[in-house]
Amino acid sequence: MGKKLLLDKVNVAGIQSYEVYRREGGYASVDKALTMEQAAIVEEVKKSGLRGRGGAGFPTGMKWSFLAKPEGVPRYLVCNADESEPGTFKDRYLMEKIPHLLIEGMIASSFALGAHKAYIYIRGEYAYVYKIMERAIQEAYAAGWLGKNIKGTDYDLDLYMQIGAGAYICGEETALLESLEGKRGNPRIKPPFPAVAGLYGCPTVVNNVETIAAVVPIINMGGEEYAKIGIGRSTGTKLISASGHINKPGVYEIELGVPVEEFIYSDEYCGGIKGGRKIKALVAGGSSVPILPAHLINTTAKGEPRLMTYESLADGGFATGSMLGSGGFIVMDEDTSIVKNLFTFARFYHHESCGQCSPCREGTGWMEKILKKILRGEGSMKDIDLLWDIQAKIEGKTICPLGDAAAWPVASAIRHFRSEFEEYIQNPSSIKDVKHYYRLNDLQPA
Amino acid sequence: MTNGQKDIQFSPETHKRANEIIARYPEGKHKSALIPLLHLAQDEFDGWLDVPVMDYVASLLNIQPIEAYEVASFYSMFNLHKRGNCLIEVCRTSSCWLMGAEDIMRHLEKRLGIKMGETTPDGHFSIRGVECLGACGYAPMFQVGDTFHEFLTIEKVDALLEGFKEDFKEKHSAYLD
Repeated sequence: MGKKLLLDKVNVAGIQSYEVYRREGGYASVDKALTMEQAAIVEEVKKSGLRGRGGAGFPTGMKWSFLAKPEGVPRYLVCNADESEPGTFKDRYLMEKIPHLLIEGMIASSFALGAHKAYIYIRGEYAYVYKIMERAIQEAYAAGWLGKNIKGTDYDLDLYMQIGAGAYICGEETALLESLEGKRGNPRIKPPFPAVAGLYGCPTVVNNVETIAAVVPIINMGGEEYAKIGIGRSTGTKLISASGHINKPGVYEIELGVPVEEFIYSDEYCGGIKGGRKIKALVAGGSSVPILPAHLINTTAKGEPRLMTYESLADGGFATGSMLGSGGFIVMDEDTSIVKNLFTFARFYHHESCGQCSPCREGTGWMEKILKKILRGEGSMKDIDLLWDIQAKIEGKTICPLGDAAAWPVASAIRHFRSEFEEYIQNPSSIKDVKHYYRLNDLQPA
Repeated sequence: MTNGQKDIQFSPETHKRANEIIARYPEGKHKSALIPLLHLAQDEFDGWLDVPVMDYVASLLNIQPIEAYEVASFYSMFNLHKRGNCLIEVCRTSSCWLMGAEDIMRHLEKRLGIKMGETTPDGHFSIRGVECLGACGYAPMFQVGDTFHEFLTIEKVDALLEGFKEDFKEKHSAYLD
């Protein structure tokens, strides 16, 4: 059984409530943080090696240390709870099951950064989670952990929930800030980065739910102890959202470094493939990351065991590797149509493109259309090259990473499963055998 | 008051709630309340945002109506057209698709006699395919109001449809119970 730092108390009856959470040792990190120098807390987070858990994996301590601190200008901490990357549902689980952990992390982190107002931006579809968080925040106010003179110190903090309204793009931090300012979720050109000019033009740190929650054990145990968990630059624990054709879908907290094979087949985690079937492919870190074919899942191209770490999952680059991303772990069995799955991703990115940059706005639509054409049995071999060409012309040519996120799944599907595209084109009758095949003509036009 | 009436105004309770939300932001940054207030308005006025409703929200925040329109039209949860009392949103992205979302969509279409994206002639049901709702491990699923219905089967869908009949009215807003 691996060490759990975030979900260790998740099954304690009543842990959603302040009373039980506090009795179980909750808010100890705030008690401790309030006695520390702010810079010393940032130092502990640096030492912990914590990397952003939303997907990008940027070192959190470094992000915090970039925060500008001009005199007389307010600073903000904003929590990104806009979880929308297909395959990812860990933040929802954490907020629903143990809401005070996020609040505790928000208070300790806000104190470290010198923020007196903090917002948790949650996606609109998680309205029921919003209510859970709202209730927990009220409890925290009532117990004196929020508001003026927190626990008798001169530190003040107000924490608010903010709701979105359905837009994947708002998970991109500058789009999130635009949305929080009451605008369309159009990403901003960087620089300036939010650390210099973020919310209302003020220095702002934006961190994922799980990242903020991880600050709690880091303060409690110290950064050095935290860094002992995991392997190399992949320190600590990570929440993995496991879905698809597995026996035990759900959210698992793993110590970084667990072998991918163990994660898929051990009863402690996914419990193997449904119906004892074979695995065909894996999307290891949410829809945006390159898909891995069966022979590159358990081992890397070099033949080394593939581990659940930032480095091992990326081993081989885009040619033979993938990314840990958000930890959205989608398993596909031997009967899965890779082309059809890719179509659902392409439709997703087309729907979610904000429309600011032409390569993404136009390209995502073209990719969806071409995949639909192939799935209708009307594809030509040139379409595969066209898809490749379009994705290559989106990647790296947009102001935010949505373009890359739309391009990578297409590129990797063609790289590893080109023969399936060819089969659909040369022998359209093979398309009819696809499991859950749904006549595309019946679907709404894209 | 319902939409279509000349005088569009929040109920006193909703008005109070709106003011509480506006107070969450620093001086002069009240536009931040736009999305929350549009949610409140959508809930209060028949589940969609007619132009006069958006104008009303804009007036509460002292912003131009166009600022409300451009936001309302960007976010997929804001309905710019009237829809059924019971809006069923079926997740159709990857994991849900892998686990049979299309069987659920097909069944709903058959049972209700309409296509995805349509509303029943009596105005009661609307069905819509939507992008990933963050329930991938509990697929297939659909959302009605703020409730996630997960691990769906055909039988479960049939039972749920029974419950959605007649006086059912879902609320999507995070602020009103």
